[in-house]
Amino acid sequence: MHLAAHFPGVNNTTVWADPRSRSQIDFSSFEHLARTAERGTFDFFFLAEGLRLRERNGRIHDLDVVGRPESLTVLAALAAVTDRLGLAATVSATFNEPYELARRLATLDHLSDGRAAWNVVTSSDSFTGENFRRGGYLDRAHRYTRAAEFVATARELWDAWTPDGAPRPFRHRGQHFAIEGEFTVPRSPQGHPVVIQAGDSPEGREFAASAADVVFTRHGTLEAGRTFYADVKARLAKYGREPDELKIMPGVTFVLGDSDAEAQERAAEIRRQQVSPQTALLALEQIWGRDLSSYDPDGPLPDIDPDPESSLVQGRVKHGDPSPSSRLRSSRGGPIAVAARWRALSEEKGLSIRQTVIETTGRQSFIGSPRTVAEQLTEFVAADAADGFILVPHLTPGGLDDFVDRVVPLLRERGVFRSEYTGPTLRSHLGLAEPVWKG
Amino acid sequence: MPATAPLHLAAEIGGPPRYDPGHYIGLARLAEHGALDFVTLGDSFARPGLDALAVLSRVAPATGRIGLVPTVTTTHTEPFHVSSAVATLDWVSRGRAGWNIDVSTTGAEARLFGRRPAAPADELWREAGESADVGARLWDSWEDDAEIRDVATGRFIDRDKLHHVDFEGASFSVRGPAIVPRPPQGHPVTVVDGTSGPARETAARHGDVVLVRATAPEQAAAARADLRRRAAAHGRDPDTLRVLVALTVDLGDAETAPEPGLESGPPLAAGGSYYRGGPVDLAELIARWHRGGAADGFHLTPITPGRDLERIVNGTVALLQHRSLFRTFYPGGTLREHLGLARPANRYALEGGRA
Repeated sequence: MHLAAHFPGVNNTTVWADPRSRSQIDFSSFEHLARTAERGTFDFFFLAEGLRLRERNGRIHDLDVVGRPESLTVLAALAAVTDRLGLAATVSATFNEPYELARRLATLDHLSDGRAAWNVVTSSDSFTGENFRRGGYLDRAHRYTRAAEFVATARELWDAWTPDGAPRPFRHRGQHFAIEGEFTVPRSPQGHPVVIQAGDSPEGREFAASAADVVFTRHGTLEAGRTFYADVKARLAKYGREPDELKIMPGVTFVLGDSDAEAQERAAEIRRQQVSPQTALLALEQIWGRDLSSYDPDGPLPDIDPDPESSLVQGRVKHGDPSPSSRLRSSRGGPIAVAARWRALSEEKGLSIRQTVIETTGRQSFIGSPRTVAEQLTEFVAADAADGFILVPHLTPGGLDDFVDRVVPLLRERGVFRSEYTGPTLRSHLGLAEPVWKG
Repeated sequence: MPATAPLHLAAEIGGPPRYDPGHYIGLARLAEHGALDFVTLGDSFARPGLDALAVLSRVAPATGRIGLVPTVTTTHTEPFHVSSAVATLDWVSRGRAGWNIDVSTTGAEARLFGRRPAAPADELWREAGESADVGARLWDSWEDDAEIRDVATGRFIDRDKLHHVDFEGASFSVRGPAIVPRPPQGHPVTVVDGTSGPARETAARHGDVVLVRATAPEQAAAARADLRRRAAAHGRDPDTLRVLVALTVDLGDAETAPEPGLESGPPLAAGGSYYRGGPVDLAELIARWHRGGAADGFHLTPITPGRDLERIVNGTVALLQHRSLFRTFYPGGTLREHLGLARPANRYALEGGRA
C-alpha cells in the first residue's frame, strides 16, 4: 500500500473554525504535517495549486480557507527538514513554460536527493488566465495536447545531460513548443522527477496511461474504484508499459473515533462545519448560476431553474470539491440536470438546502475506529480498487497525527504497509524504476 | 552621509555550479557567522546551475538570520509566478527574502522559451521595472489583517482587504489579487545591479538595495548621488535606498599580495571592479570608502567562494568588527531590519484609510 499526505489548503474541506486549526501559510504548519507524514513512512507529501482567487459576481469568495505559499518553493524548504519523504507539487501545464518548470523540478530533485514529484494539471479558464501573459486562449482539447507535449518536452530536457554528467544540446519542435539550447541542470537523482496526473476523463486516463507514474483520482465506492483501476491499467499495454508502472491513488478523507459510532458522529459534525449555511447557499448558486442569497439555507431548494449561461461564480465549477475529476462529473448533463437531481433528492428525503448540499458534496471518507479504517483501506487495495491513497485531513496542521499514531501501526501489523523506508528516492518508495536515459 | 551610518555587507555565494545543497548551506552559515546582511546567489537560464530561488529556500530552514537574495530574471518568466515565489521565500525564511532582479538579453535564452525574440536591454529593464511594480502591488494585494477567521459570520477573510491590482504593462497584465498572503516583510527586499545605463532608472525607482561597480571612491559616491537624485525624482525618500559597491575579491594569494588598493582585474567581473590582496587590506579599503561616504556598504563576490568567503568572514569582517565598524550580532530578525529599512506601508490600506 502506498500512502501520501495532502496538505489541506484552499477549500472548505479544512475546518478552520476548529480551535485546533492553525495557519495554512506559516512554514511551521508545513513542517508539522511533513514530519508527521515522514514519521508515518508515507510515500509523499502533496501540495495543490491555486492561481486565481475564486469570485462571486466580481467579489472575492470569503467563506473558505484561502491563501497559500507557492508550492515548489515550500517543498525546497521542506527538503531541509525531511530526509525520505517524497515532495509533490501541483503545477499547471497551461500557465508555465517547459524549460523553466523542468528546471525547477530538476532542481527540487537535486535539492532533495531524489524526492521530487510533479502533479500535472491544466487550467481551464480565461478567468485564471487574467493573471498571466498568455491569458486564457486554450480550449479544452488544446489544454490536453499542450499538457502532453509539455510533459514530453520536460522529459527531453531531463535527458539533456548524459548520466555521466555531460550536457548535450536539445532541440524540440512541436505543435505547442519550439525550443532549443542547453539545459542547465544535470540528470537528477531520480532520472526524472515522478509525474502525477489528476483527472479521470477519457483524455485524462489516456494521458495518464501514456505518461504518468501516479494517477491522483477520486472514486467513492469500491466498485467504481475497481472499474476505474481496471480501465486505466488496461490502457498501459498500448504504451508498452506494465500494470505496476502506474500507481492509482485516490484522494480520500478519513475520520477516526474510539468506536465506529463515535467516528460517525464526528464525521457528521465535520460535514456540518464544512458546509456552513453561507457555504450551502453558495454551493447552490454555483449550480443555479443565480443570486440565491435571499433563500433560507434551512428551507427547501429553489423552484426556479438554473441559468446555464451564468458566470456568477468563477474559479471553480463546483463548490466544495477541489478534485478536477469531479468537476467533469458534476457538470455531467449541465446545471439543469444537476439541479433536477438535487431537487429530487431533497424531495425524496425531505432535505433542506444545507442538508442537500451536505449529502451531495460529500466525498468518499473512511470513517470508523482505527481498526475499521485500516481494514477498509486494506480491502480497497486487496480488491484492486487502488494502489494506495492520498489522505486529505480536515485540520491544518495536526490532521494527520491520529492517523499516523493509530492507523499506520495497524497497517504495519497487517504487513500491508512499510515500517521503514527501504530506499532513498520517491521512485524507490513507489517501486518505480528510474527512466531509461534517451540521449 | 554621517560617518556613523551603519556599514552593510553582503556576499555572493555562487561560483562554479554545484548541485549539492550542503555546499550552499555551508557558505550561508559562514556568512551568517559574520553577521552579514545577506547572501546573493546568481542565476541564469544560460549557464549550468540550479534554480537559485529554490536553492535559497532549501538554505532557509538551515539558517536563522541571514538575508537570502536569489537572482530572478523577469524576461521569460511570469510576473505573477515570480511574485508568488519571492513572497514564499519570505514566508519560509520568516522575513529574510530578497530578489536580485535581472533580465535575459540573449538570443540563446530566448530560444530556450520560444515565446518571443531577444530584445534590447533598455526595453527589458523597463519590463523588469514593471515586474517589480506589479510584484509590490501583489504583495500589497492582501492587507496584513485580511485573514479574520470570523466564526460568527462564517467568513474566513475580509474581502474588503483583498484587492485586484489590475496592472496593465507594455507586455503583460495581471488582474490579482495574489494567492500568497502579504509576506512577513511586507515587501521582500528588491536588489538591482544599477551599474549599467539601462538598469539605472529601474534601480532608482524600485530598488531597496542598488549595487554599483566602481574603481574609485569618487566614482562610487557619484553613482550613489545619482541614484539618490533619481529616487527622489520618483517621489522616494533617498534614505530608503542602500547603495552597495559590488567588488569581486581574490584573497587567494594574501601572503604575496601587491600593495593594497584596487586594480583592474581579468575579465571576471564584467565591467566591474576587482580586488586582489589580503583580508586586512580589504578591511582598510571598506572602512576608507565607507567613512568617506562613497557607499552604504559592499557586496563582495569571492572569486572562489569556499576559500575567499572564509577569509572575508574570519579576516576582513572580524577586523571591521574589532574596530567597531561592523556589527557583531543581528539586532533584528528580518532582512529589512538588518538593512535599517522600514516595513513598507500597504498602499491599499492607505487608500482605504483616506477613503
